[in-house]
Amino acid sequence: MSNSNHQSSSVGLVVRGLRKSFDGQEVLKGIDFEVRPGEIFVMMGPSGSGKSVLLKHLIGLEEADAGEILINGESITTPEIAAKYRMALVFQSGALLNSLTVGENVGLYLTEHRLKSPGEIQQIVAEKLEDVGLREAMNKMPGELSGGMKKRAAIARALVIEPQLILYDEPTSELDPLSSVVIGNEILNLNRRTHVTSFVVSHDRDLAFGVADRIAVIVDGRIVTIGTPDEVKNFNDPLVQKFLHADFKRET
Amino acid sequence: MFENIGEIVLLFWRTLLALPNAWRQRQKVLDQFFEIGNASLLMVCVLSFFIGAVISLQTGPVLVERSLPSAVGGVVGIAIAKELAPVMMAILIAGRIGSAMAAEIGSMRVYQEIDALRTMNINPIHYLVLPRLLAIAVALPMLVVFAVLVGWFGGAVVADMNHRMEIPFRVFFADLRDIVGLKDVANGVFKSFCFAIIIGVVSCHQGLVTIGGPRGIGRSVTKAVVNSIVLIVIFDYILTRFLLK
Repeated sequence: MSNSNHQSSSVGLVVRGLRKSFDGQEVLKGIDFEVRPGEIFVMMGPSGSGKSVLLKHLIGLEEADAGEILINGESITTPEIAAKYRMALVFQSGALLNSLTVGENVGLYLTEHRLKSPGEIQQIVAEKLEDVGLREAMNKMPGELSGGMKKRAAIARALVIEPQLILYDEPTSELDPLSSVVIGNEILNLNRRTHVTSFVVSHDRDLAFGVADRIAVIVDGRIVTIGTPDEVKNFNDPLVQKFLHADFKRET
Repeated sequence: MFENIGEIVLLFWRTLLALPNAWRQRQKVLDQFFEIGNASLLMVCVLSFFIGAVISLQTGPVLVERSLPSAVGGVVGIAIAKELAPVMMAILIAGRIGSAMAAEIGSMRVYQEIDALRTMNINPIHYLVLPRLLAIAVALPMLVVFAVLVGWFGGAVVADMNHRMEIPFRVFFADLRDIVGLKDVANGVFKSFCFAIIIGVVSCHQGLVTIGGPRGIGRSVTKAVVNSIVLIVIFDYILTRFLLK
């Protein structure tokens, strides 16, 4: 998130006793989990279970009522944390700035923090867009892109930060199955290439079981289980089983 | 409106603290400046010409009937320079530019673009508010100077052509120069600078606190314009009282 004192290694994340209420309604009811450096950790759960609120806490967009979030053992509330560790969030909607071209969006972090010369920024932007297969979209406006392309552009924007921790908010929502596979592969490839610690929030079962090293299931503001994909699949809890095996039943 | 006054003052203070970053944001300031000038210049011309014309038409015949034709230029000149140009242009800019600021920032807030800026450690006040506030604080006083000149011209045209006045163009401006001084124009320009700050801060604040979808953006735009106009009228009285001393 910052331009100084960059560290190259991936980081670990610990969340302890996290609570958050909005207008008296408790959304997070004491969340505890740990994400190990370099792993892909997927937080699954039905809509409204508190996944996106949790994500906003992890990146510092929301302040917790109680509990703590530690990055490599340091609380995210300490002022130096932003200067010490690079974190990026890929928003559900992409959240590209509509007044800028795709290339300008991807290079925004470098441009605003004056980390490179305009020529170098242009080159880095081209590389990152190439990485996500969007080289030809550099001069397009976000409004001209499909949903999947917007998400890939948002991933490219996150890559420019060279994050040590990358957070994805519902990366495959609103996408067709083919685009979902492309995004899932992007998450895997990025993790393999850079060993970035990845935290994915999703209710997409295929994505979760396809990319995760470990999965947590959150229901109604509480984590019900955490484990490897196989452990979660075999976890004997009606809520988890219902969520994992929900399907249409057509009466004949 | 008044429940947000503390937040508005805080936003203004934070923007002042961000002033050392102004040079880094110069391109955005220029873009916004061009946007304001380009969008408003024609409207400013039309509005100020007819304001000058109607003031001349309303006051001129009354003064001429009372054997005070030499006062027409002064009355029109003072009214436009000190009151009508700054207030009317501020209201025009609140409607034209304040609404656009609130809508643009409001939609950025609703569609998480501002959250995205924060996650990249880019301060929205530096990136969004500062350039807009600087641009409007320079552009509105310049537009007001322009409006004063066009308004005087409109008043002079009507005074010359209206059969109940028939005050020649040159005489109108000679009378105007006798009464209106540079200080009067500076007075109006200073007012317009204060109004520009009000429009900029109120509109940006309203954009930043937008919630909900398109309806929320619409509500923010309306509030930005109405609140700006109410504050302009209140501050107009306060500034006039202060500047009359």
